[in-house]
Amino acid sequence: MGIDTSLIWAIIIIFGVMMYVVMDGFDLGIGILFPFVKAEQDRDVMMNTVAPVWDGNETWLVLGGAALFGAFPLAYSVVLSALYLPLIFMLMGLIFRGVAFEFRFKARENKRHIWDKAFIGGSLAATFFQGVALGAFIDGIPVVERHYAGGALAWLTPFSLFCGLGLIAAYALLGSTWLIMKTEGPLQARMYQVTKPLILVLLAVVGVVSLWTPLAHGDIAQRWFSTPNLFWFLPVPLLVLATVAGLWWAVGRGANYIPFLLTLLLIFLGYSGLGISLWPNIIPPAISIWDAASPPQSQSFMLVGTLFILPFILGYTFWSYYVFRGKVTAEDGYH
Amino acid sequence: MFGLEALDLARMQFAFTVSFHILFPAITIGLASFLAVLEGLWLKTHEAAYRDLYHFWSKIFAVNFGMGVVSGLVMAYEFGTNWGGFSDFAGAITGPLLTYEVLTAFFLEAGFLGVMLFGWNRVGRGLHFFSTVMVAIGTLISTFWILASNSWMQTPQGYQIVDGRVIPVDWLAVIFNPSFPYRLAHMAIAAFVATAFFVGASAAWHLLRGRDNPAVRKMFSMAMWMALIVAPVQAFVGDMHGLNTLEHQPAKIAAIEGHWDNVPGEPSPLILFGWPDMQAEKTRFAVEVPYLGSLILTHSLDRQIPALKTFPPEDRPNSTIVFWSFRVMVGLGLLMIAVGVFSAWLRWRGKLYSCKPFLYLALYMGPAGLIALLAGWFTTEIGRQPWVVYGLMRTAHASSNHDAVQMSITLGLFVVVYFSLFGVGFSYMMRLVRKGPVTHEGTHQPHGGPGQPRTPARPLSASHDTQEA
Repeated sequence: MGIDTSLIWAIIIIFGVMMYVVMDGFDLGIGILFPFVKAEQDRDVMMNTVAPVWDGNETWLVLGGAALFGAFPLAYSVVLSALYLPLIFMLMGLIFRGVAFEFRFKARENKRHIWDKAFIGGSLAATFFQGVALGAFIDGIPVVERHYAGGALAWLTPFSLFCGLGLIAAYALLGSTWLIMKTEGPLQARMYQVTKPLILVLLAVVGVVSLWTPLAHGDIAQRWFSTPNLFWFLPVPLLVLATVAGLWWAVGRGANYIPFLLTLLLIFLGYSGLGISLWPNIIPPAISIWDAASPPQSQSFMLVGTLFILPFILGYTFWSYYVFRGKVTAEDGYH
Repeated sequence: MFGLEALDLARMQFAFTVSFHILFPAITIGLASFLAVLEGLWLKTHEAAYRDLYHFWSKIFAVNFGMGVVSGLVMAYEFGTNWGGFSDFAGAITGPLLTYEVLTAFFLEAGFLGVMLFGWNRVGRGLHFFSTVMVAIGTLISTFWILASNSWMQTPQGYQIVDGRVIPVDWLAVIFNPSFPYRLAHMAIAAFVATAFFVGASAAWHLLRGRDNPAVRKMFSMAMWMALIVAPVQAFVGDMHGLNTLEHQPAKIAAIEGHWDNVPGEPSPLILFGWPDMQAEKTRFAVEVPYLGSLILTHSLDRQIPALKTFPPEDRPNSTIVFWSFRVMVGLGLLMIAVGVFSAWLRWRGKLYSCKPFLYLALYMGPAGLIALLAGWFTTEIGRQPWVVYGLMRTAHASSNHDAVQMSITLGLFVVVYFSLFGVGFSYMMRLVRKGPVTHEGTHQPHGGPGQPRTPARPLSASHDTQEA
């Protein structure tokens, strides 16, 4: 046929995961920031800023899982088996967070603190284990004869734990800058306060991961630091530094929208860096998207429906954010 | 742990999570069609009771849908995390089918669910009705895809095996595999019947408390009509499904009947009750009816039904379990038919809404459809063992290489989390049921919904009651 359906599917999945990281990132971040805001009314506002969109954001996680299953069954089978425990813990966290989200508003005053805790715990666990899974994925997954060949706790390494903590910082920053954009008054002021240290923490995280990864993996170092690649990829770290500087400045002068947009850019750059390190492997360090692909008749069969429905999902996503634009205040009741 | 191997634990985990999950979609499928009928009747007759019922059940529908989405999230990953061997072997076929199921669900949510739940006073009546109908059709399309995938695993065709993995050759043959039409019909009707008994029990509860109003009567009446007409249809479809199984999975039938061997030249009896013993290769304490096995399964008095001993021991499903799960399903099915017939007699005598013993019966039969549905799934899924893809891949080769310790930990976690969280969700649904239909609901503008700034447009938000109301 001449059409590389594996490539198209890789792009769709990469895009889907990106959508997920960006969108579920800020609403998980709100759960992470909950402990830093004590007033019940402010907590209501925080939740209200994501109430209409949060579970639509998780759409991308389900779609990503199903698409991976159909388009790259080997990757679905090996990666998910290898990351069994962190993924199950992540799903548990997401379930807790999701149920807490809705029932917190329906609970009586005296029971609400239980759902607050479920919301915080669920958000933290989901984020942490997502980061751990990501770290373990970067570290590489041993495969023998199309089966995962590592142990039950192989994912548990200093690097993966560090990535877990790092992702908490990243999502917290997404959450705090989202809230700067969506709120006003004391809550917004509080978010300006927490954002500055978060920027520094995230910069440190990005720095450590950027050094740790090539130091631990010669092939990734080779990819980044050999010429002419170095010149092609150099803009990525430079842009990261420029973005962080811009973010710091924007928060300092009390900008409303720019901090969030720059944080999005920062996350996007980090994601691109990751992509440069791993492409075209779908099971690092050695199995590429073409090795793991399902036959073309499977991929093209799925593609027909996906290309038809994806625009509707994107359109609906865009529309619900558009409807929901502007500041959220305590007067806007959730129910 | 407890002498269980990792494989047993993996199977228990899947059975637990999928059994929990399946209850929500079953009610979703039934209620979506029920709501479409209610709205259609409201538009046609302008009887207020239909509108009140629509609003009452759409709130319960919304909570139930939300829980289905949350429990379904786990299912989308479990094939990979727990069944790596299967995913790699059959992913080229089951993966795309699952993708279509997910796409259908999201297409629905993106388009019509919001209008259905929040659009009553915001869009025209025709468009709203259209949305409800689309949601109902959408739930059935989702059922279509997921059962196509399951049926293909039971009766695979349209594939080729290359390098030890399945490759689709003919998608139409894959989707419309031999057991698919029967399974689809049997499952969709099961969802309708289960929902009807759930609705009927809710109505009976209100009637028993003296809340006798036109809306409650209407839903009781509709539920009992369903029991009268659809429960017997289900028995008929179930029989056809059984004959299809006899053709394609004879070992499953032998295990269901606890039938170990045939005497040459003699018709097979039907064992009504007994205790199939897998080690001793016989069914203990058997109560048999001669000829009946041949009569039911071959519709003749001389042909024999398959016997378990003709299959090598390693190819036999566990007869002890499926023998009983099948009888639970059939027993409940017969009870449901009886309820339907009883209701018709009471209706004729004008006592349908006042006969207390019958109202109690309808109340206690509330979960009957769901239990029968689960028992049926246990029968078909355990009955196709030891295969995960029938005749192609054994379940033992399908699982990921996890050890018993981590499987025990995650199974324990699933049990605790599911019971606590979905328990809360379920009790919230019951609270909504107890409130009952409210007259003149839907004549004012509800809060929230798409198109309204800063308000939620998500299923669970469609209900406004506090949890402890």
